[in-house]
Amino acid sequence: MTLDTLSGWARRLQAGEISSRELTELYLDRIDRLDPGINSFVTVTREQALAAADAADQRLAQGERAPLLGLPVAQKDIFCTHGVRTSCGSRMLDSFVAPYDATVVERMNAAGAVMLGKTNMDEFAMGSSNETSYYGPVRNPWDPERVPGGSSGGSAAAVAARLVPAATGTDTGGSIRQPAAFCGVTGLKPTYGRVSRYGMIAFASSLDQGGPMAASAEDCALMLNAMAGFDPRDSTSLERPDEDFTAGLDRDLKGLRIGLPREYFGDGLHADVRRAVQDALAVLRERGAEPVEISLPNSNLSVPAYYVVAPAECSSNLARYDGVRFGHRCNDPRDLMDLYTRSRAEGFGAEVKRRIMIGTYVLSAGYYDAYYLKAQKVRQLIAEDFRRAFERVDVIAGPTTPELPFRLGEKSADPISMYLSDVYTIAANLAGLPGLSMPAGTIGSLPVGLQLIGNYFEEGRLLNVAHQFQQETGWHQRMPATFA
Amino acid sequence: MSLTSDEVRRIAHLARLAVDDREAEGFAAALSDIFDFVEALNNADIEGVAPMAHPLDAEQRLRPDRVTESDQRERFQDIAPAVEGGVYLVPRVIE
Repeated sequence: MTLDTLSGWARRLQAGEISSRELTELYLDRIDRLDPGINSFVTVTREQALAAADAADQRLAQGERAPLLGLPVAQKDIFCTHGVRTSCGSRMLDSFVAPYDATVVERMNAAGAVMLGKTNMDEFAMGSSNETSYYGPVRNPWDPERVPGGSSGGSAAAVAARLVPAATGTDTGGSIRQPAAFCGVTGLKPTYGRVSRYGMIAFASSLDQGGPMAASAEDCALMLNAMAGFDPRDSTSLERPDEDFTAGLDRDLKGLRIGLPREYFGDGLHADVRRAVQDALAVLRERGAEPVEISLPNSNLSVPAYYVVAPAECSSNLARYDGVRFGHRCNDPRDLMDLYTRSRAEGFGAEVKRRIMIGTYVLSAGYYDAYYLKAQKVRQLIAEDFRRAFERVDVIAGPTTPELPFRLGEKSADPISMYLSDVYTIAANLAGLPGLSMPAGTIGSLPVGLQLIGNYFEEGRLLNVAHQFQQETGWHQRMPATFA
Repeated sequence: MSLTSDEVRRIAHLARLAVDDREAEGFAAALSDIFDFVEALNNADIEGVAPMAHPLDAEQRLRPDRVTESDQRERFQDIAPAVEGGVYLVPRVIE
């Protein structure tokens, strides 16, 4: 059977051309056969998936039409799933079985989705290559010697290899968009507060945001419809009426003003990536969009500000892992201090420890003004840059990443070069804006991502622009030959 | 900025992370590089800029003061490393 998109499968399920059980078995078999080569899943929930598929088939037979009814999906292993291990890519949570579902999981289950399993990720979502996972690195389906990006690298690789039609991700500094770019899939980080953070294991609470990853913008819209919505259990959830993100996909692009920040096309940008991005922009121009050169003058401060704010919040959030209530506990602790320090030293990996240490330092007595407060002020400058830009343009476009997917191990010894992999994505998190990455071309066999950043609540517009691009081009339909 | 191994040990203590001497040296080098990197923030003109509390200036929502959670002690203690008689076990704190 030829593989279809999430939206395509939805139509075929509703037309009775295939059952959810058949569809679920098709993808479970692909996972069994092909995942050993890329390690994109941490846990496969075959039995639960088949039970959910049978339940979906009954509902379909009774004429029910829920948005994701009977469709196979995967959850990033950062979302708590009742009764299924939620590891967050960490030894700390290797045996943690969540006693409740995250709101995103609850909403997707209610919409009829069939979860195939939990996807691999950088430990506690801290990483840009998926190499920090306790469960081993994920490999890029386009070239197994290269990284899939991170931290949602398992979700990106699984969708790219068509082991699942769609998956969830989370994005604190680029963790949906960067792996989407590296793996040639479409991924969306919504406006801060759109998607509930309840039950999504916290990294940096003022930046974390869940979102969809799929083969097309249309599929991401379908996913976002199920994922987004006000949740009283998340104190920063936005109180806004539900939206249908598929509604505006067909709008044409005539007169759309696309801002091209000159800072995103500077010296650090790989020449091949630049060319692919410019070719993609030409396609949007042909469909009526008007490019406008803009400036985001504080762009160079976004990565430094992020590496104060994110570690500070991470050190607070990860203080909960104390070896007492849940998670890893060391053997034979001498005293309480030994229990804390050894459980944490054994449970966390090197990058997580590094960030906890940075955060602890910048929040320690006497340093708050010099680091965290300063970074929060710089964050305001970065948000101001965008505010000014959106007075002149409708969306902002540029490369998602400065370079192509790098080789495993290439940046492991140099944290700062790894951090700079997110140089174009971090600003949207600092400002709370929605951002999307979609496949814009290839260099050799490797995908290049085009990033779109929108104003607050403009996810629909980003999906519309991406969908129009995908009507004209076939980059999003390509899949790695070894996974056909 | 250059952190010493002693400073690293002090931070590690605050963070409740056990570090051995070799790790302390590694952290000293890596953290020093990262603090050098974030020094760039010192060049920002932030005179009179208000720190961002929330990107949309949203205010903290308050919920009604009602009991909404039931007692789920057993369910939550099922996943604890060591419990007995409904309490979490830790090494002796008071001699």
